[in-house]
Amino acid sequence: MFLAKVTGRVVATVKNETLDGRKLLLVRRNHDGKILVALDSVGAGFGEQVYVCRGREASFAFTPQTVPSDATIVGIVDHVDIEPDPDVDVDADIGEAGR
Amino acid sequence: MRLGRVVGTVVATRKDPRLEGKKLLICRLIEDPEPNRADEASGDDYVVAVDTVSAGFGERILIVQGSSARMAANCQDTPVDAAIVGIVDIVSRD
Repeated sequence: MFLAKVTGRVVATVKNETLDGRKLLLVRRNHDGKILVALDSVGAGFGEQVYVCRGREASFAFTPQTVPSDATIVGIVDHVDIEPDPDVDVDADIGEAGR
Repeated sequence: MRLGRVVGTVVATRKDPRLEGKKLLICRLIEDPEPNRADEASGDDYVVAVDTVSAGFGERILIVQGSSARMAANCQDTPVDAAIVGIVDIVSRD
């Protein structure tokens, strides 16, 4: 899983029927800035810090339904506590989630 | 999941029997999706994906990769690691 920020929305009318009614959001990964499309399972919105599950496990968020997702938003971050390490640039890794 | 654009088709006569009847498309992954398509930065990554939504040349599409791709309809038990699961109408950024 990784932390990310919700930066946008994707609308697709024609889609696989197993994705009907699912919200698609654009997220920017905090640690490398890469942009992905993630399915939302928690009701996340614009600008929120979230954590995203990748891989096959991403579809488990919707069990018992079979949803073809390889990236699912499974939590909205309230805050992050992390021990300061002078050798690590924490801000670059956790972004705006705060400490 | 990633956004991509359909840039070509693949024709294969000899293939795994479970792939028969499946449409294979070459998709270029989009690095930085923008609401205005002209501003969009396409990456250098390409994937061959099985089409489940009847996508066409030049369309902006949604791609699922990895074992989740098999969960797309009609792909159970097929040797597939990328599937097109949506045709994108709008991308909005804040």
